[in-house]
Amino acid sequence: MSVLKPLDKLPALNTATGLLVGTEDALLQQLADSMLKEDCASELRVHLAKSLPLPSNVNRPRIDLIVFVINLHSKYSLQHVQESLRHVDASFFLGRVCFLSTGAGQEHHCSIHRNTVLKLAHTYRSPLLFCDLEVEDFRATMAQRLVRMLLVCAGHVPGVSALSLLSLLRSSETPPPEEL
Amino acid sequence: MDEIVAEFIRRTILKIPMYEMMTILKAWNFLSENQLQTINFRQRKECLVQDLVLLCEEKCASLNDAALLDIIYTQVHRHQKVWDVFQMSKKPDEDIDLFDMEQFKCSFKKILQRALKNVTVSFRDAEENAVWIRIAWGTQCTKPNQYKPTYVLLYPQTPYAFTSSKLKSFMPLLGQTFEDHNSITPLQERCLELDVNVDSRIIHENTVEKERVQRVTQETFGDYPQPQLEFAQYKLVTKFKSDLNGGILAERKEPLRCLIKFSSPHLLEALKSLAPAGIADAPLSPLLTCIPNKGMNYFKIRDK
Repeated sequence: MSVLKPLDKLPALNTATGLLVGTEDALLQQLADSMLKEDCASELRVHLAKSLPLPSNVNRPRIDLIVFVINLHSKYSLQHVQESLRHVDASFFLGRVCFLSTGAGQEHHCSIHRNTVLKLAHTYRSPLLFCDLEVEDFRATMAQRLVRMLLVCAGHVPGVSALSLLSLLRSSETPPPEEL
Repeated sequence: MDEIVAEFIRRTILKIPMYEMMTILKAWNFLSENQLQTINFRQRKECLVQDLVLLCEEKCASLNDAALLDIIYTQVHRHQKVWDVFQMSKKPDEDIDLFDMEQFKCSFKKILQRALKNVTVSFRDAEENAVWIRIAWGTQCTKPNQYKPTYVLLYPQTPYAFTSSKLKSFMPLLGQTFEDHNSITPLQERCLELDVNVDSRIIHENTVEKERVQRVTQETFGDYPQPQLEFAQYKLVTKFKSDLNGGILAERKEPLRCLIKFSSPHLLEALKSLAPAGIADAPLSPLLTCIPNKGMNYFKIRDK
């Protein structure tokens, strides 16, 4: 069983690579496009995958940040993310993973409860972001945020590491789901 | 414009209720906006119809134009007719019929005219690739009777034809015409276009899987547009089954019932796009994909 490990390869010069994992390719593509529109000094690359594990015969750079995209309208998307999480090494969860939920704005289409993703993110000690990716403005803002996170995880932001960013995000979190 | 056509147009327009008059005349598109504006639509219906017929005479309306008006009227009032459904059976050794609308219309008309000298055949395209055919029947010696036509509604991608059965004696001839019609057209290439990814900084990891999904979807649904269906309904009737002994429901004699209804403006296209969109696995459940093959959209699922 192939497992994604962070820091298992040498970084490429000035490159930051993100991996978006989610079942709806169109959404991932749009998000990747928005991320790449951002102006930044580093070379960005975005890999898109429906689920993990990734094909093993491919030569790919070190992955700095994994974003798991869950569509609250689709149990299928949650299932695939849950199965994919098993293929990620534990050390990735020290600030190099985040969860992104889309579709919360249309409550009547949601078949996954908000608490479910909150619990999932809490279990994996990783940040959970909400964004309706289908709305262009929201998507652009989220893309900016993700690029910033990606740069931190790639070590391109002096003085901030993935782990320190994680603890910064953690302190503003709402109380754990058991208390909700 | 001869008297027969004039009378035919007059009687057809007379049938149209006043509130539909403008809509139907506009759909007919034979009299121009300017011409219609010269008519007083507030007068008594008989006078209005007279004026309209005069305009048609000025414009030399042909039998074909009149037939077209009749088709439009019938399309609006289709619910007033009783329709029969026929299923066309393919000969076992025939290849998949590839359909060219214009060629079909041409050869259909020719075949009927060959068989029966006096027949008026008119066509009007409708939504979803459907075609309305109007046939006014005559005999070797008599002119076609325009007041008892047969209408056929054909959806080319399906083996079904709807007919308003007016003259039962001509039904076999109609059936034969469909059988005789043989259209072989070059295969139109329909490729499912994947988005051209211009940005090389985006890498798709699962291209093999994506191709598999496209292939399975194409094998299941084919290349051509799906027949338009608006809903499918599944009734499940099953007895409660449990591994545990006892429990409240284990004693229950009455089976459990569940009803699931799918509705959509275009259900089969929606199902076809589920796997490529990443909302479901490919292949889809056979309960969903069997709809076109079985020609059913109401299902009862029982315990074996």
